[in-house]
Amino acid sequence: MDLVLVNLIDGLVTGLLLFMLSAGLTLIFSMMGVLNFAHASFYMLGAYFAYQISIYLGFWMGLLIAPPLVGLLGAGVERYGLRRVHQYGHVPELIFTFGLALLIEEVVQFIWGRNAMPYMEPEILQFTAFSIAGNSIPAYKIFMIFTSVAIFIALLFVLTRTRVGMIIQAALSYPRTVEALGHNVPLVFMGVFGVGTALAGVAGVIAGPVLTTFPGMAVVLGSIVFVTIVIGGLGSLWGALVASLLIGWLTTFAKAYNIRMEDILTGVGFTKPEVIWDSMWQDLWSLTSPQIADILPYLLMVLILVFRPYGLFGKRDV
Amino acid sequence: MTDITQKSTATPAMTMGNTLPWILAAAFLFIAPIIFSSNSAITIMNQMGITMVFALAYNMLLGQGGMLSFGHAVYMGVGGFACVHVMNMTDLFEKMPLPVLPIVGGLVGMLFAIAIGSFSTRKAGTVFAMISLGVGELVAACSVIIVVFFGGEEGVSGDRTYGMPFFGIEFLRQIEVYYLTSFWLLVSALLMFLFSRTPVGRMANAVRDNPERAEFLGYSARWVRFYSFVASGFFCGIAGGLFAINFEILTEENLNLATSGGILLMTFLGGAGFFFGPVLGVVTFVLLQTVLGLQTELWALYVGALFLATVMFFPGGLSGLIMMHVTPMRLGKLNRLYVPYLKVFVPAIIGTLSLCGFIEILFHARHAALGEDEMTIFWTTFSSHAILPWIITIVVAVGGIWLAKQSAPELNEAWHDANTPDGGAR
Repeated sequence: MDLVLVNLIDGLVTGLLLFMLSAGLTLIFSMMGVLNFAHASFYMLGAYFAYQISIYLGFWMGLLIAPPLVGLLGAGVERYGLRRVHQYGHVPELIFTFGLALLIEEVVQFIWGRNAMPYMEPEILQFTAFSIAGNSIPAYKIFMIFTSVAIFIALLFVLTRTRVGMIIQAALSYPRTVEALGHNVPLVFMGVFGVGTALAGVAGVIAGPVLTTFPGMAVVLGSIVFVTIVIGGLGSLWGALVASLLIGWLTTFAKAYNIRMEDILTGVGFTKPEVIWDSMWQDLWSLTSPQIADILPYLLMVLILVFRPYGLFGKRDV
Repeated sequence: MTDITQKSTATPAMTMGNTLPWILAAAFLFIAPIIFSSNSAITIMNQMGITMVFALAYNMLLGQGGMLSFGHAVYMGVGGFACVHVMNMTDLFEKMPLPVLPIVGGLVGMLFAIAIGSFSTRKAGTVFAMISLGVGELVAACSVIIVVFFGGEEGVSGDRTYGMPFFGIEFLRQIEVYYLTSFWLLVSALLMFLFSRTPVGRMANAVRDNPERAEFLGYSARWVRFYSFVASGFFCGIAGGLFAINFEILTEENLNLATSGGILLMTFLGGAGFFFGPVLGVVTFVLLQTVLGLQTELWALYVGALFLATVMFFPGGLSGLIMMHVTPMRLGKLNRLYVPYLKVFVPAIIGTLSLCGFIEILFHARHAALGEDEMTIFWTTFSSHAILPWIITIVVAVGGIWLAKQSAPELNEAWHDANTPDGGAR
């Protein structure tokens, strides 16, 4: 039972981290119909910027400065890149962000090299917050949880309770009308893109010390983020939250509990063949849950797309 | 994307005009190894030929069907893996001449495409792209788990020479494989071209441009997409089979996102709007890769920047750029463009090269081994820590790009002029 609790916390950390990425991505998507392939690259940039700043000014200044920098960069990309490509349609936009992701990875390798950066959590947070049955929970994980939750609440507050949020929501559904009312919709779009990428930047800053800051970190998380928002339903913030947590817990539990296919198959009533290494089904028999943990999200996505193409919470067709 | 509009009413008979390019291509493929006879050249040409089949098959979706796939390497990979397994089934392979092996790959690729396409072609655009990405990642990840078929980390390898000799040829030498690849390249390119002229191929264009209208005409957009997808899967499988024959090994690398992304890059660089675009893209990309790759560690950075510039400024790709000049040529006004072109492109190219030089110096200064500050670019050797080269490259880069920008309006003017018939309204 104690182990369940530990895994719940671990899964929560992963899920909330995913959520910070997918929230921005899904916002950007519902606004502009653009799936930003480079979203995870901005997450990586956040980690690298924060590392560079933390060398001179320490971790906390990195947390403060890096996300706005990433956001500015994102806004610039929207203003000078995406807006130009927009006229050609959605597919070239997607290709553009794909190329951008490639380029950012190369640029990061150009500036910081191929090796992992020694980006560490601050010393104040390097202690054990509490322990459950001998499993210590580091304070940094608790810090991550609180930061993500705080950001989620702030985002929800801004979107639903403030004037800016109202305009954004209106621009989501009726951009023409909002424009006719005198609001600068392209500016709103740029702002949303900037904030979305800044959110990815925050995720990068706080995930960098845990998941190591290296040039491949965008690729590692990139596709999973897409999977998350497809499962949650494109454009749905709540869907993104639920799907992130689902994926976080699913992968954590699959890794923590070694469920073997062999046990399931014998439980169902099959008998294990004597000469397993010669059998067609040897891979099926030797399958274990930690082995497939990383592909579970993709499997889930394919199933969702087959049986419920709008995703868990998606309302509209894309 | 207008290459199909005019000829559709003409009689579909074979004419000199539409068979000549194929004859020329065949002739070129035949004599190419005689001109470029070195071993490395033939290796590169083999690789190019295989990638061309793949890129053309990919463009059946991207260019002709308007479907962007991020996981297309899977269909090539699965076909290739199947071919390697056939190679390893000694009893069967002994009775099978090697040149028919790609058909096996094609059929397996097609079967796989039928399975995936049955749900992924329901929508085009973003949803299709996402599903293709998910499936691609899924299969790539499975390759480590399903060891029986994908061989795990080390992949599956075979030996092509165990096949039944084909008119006495055992395919021991690279050149024999080259002619095999060229044959299949030509056949599949021709088939793909003919496919694009069939009613299904035409409907794929229609569905790409306006699915709603196609549905009103009574065609199911979904089924049209499905047929293109399956056909594309077949030719991807053929490319996979050729890959298996040439390299005799397939690994996880043939399935992953990097390969899928690479093919998108090449296709788009060459231009998705024209049938021959991907061929151009593959040639350009492979040449860039080999030539630049020998010169600099940063080639991927340059190719990435080039790709982004293509998407932003020339969405038609290289073939689009070339075909843009058909109208001025018909009007006989191409000569009016020469001078403005020179005025813009010479400084622009010098400026860009200089910028690359600056980037190289920067890279060398940051990442070279300690104490080693000698470097050579553009046939000059100097210290990368000296201030002078930095200044020179920056000044030349800024100056060149500034000059090019100054002449740009003139080029714009000349371009309009060259595209307007004399006496026509401007």
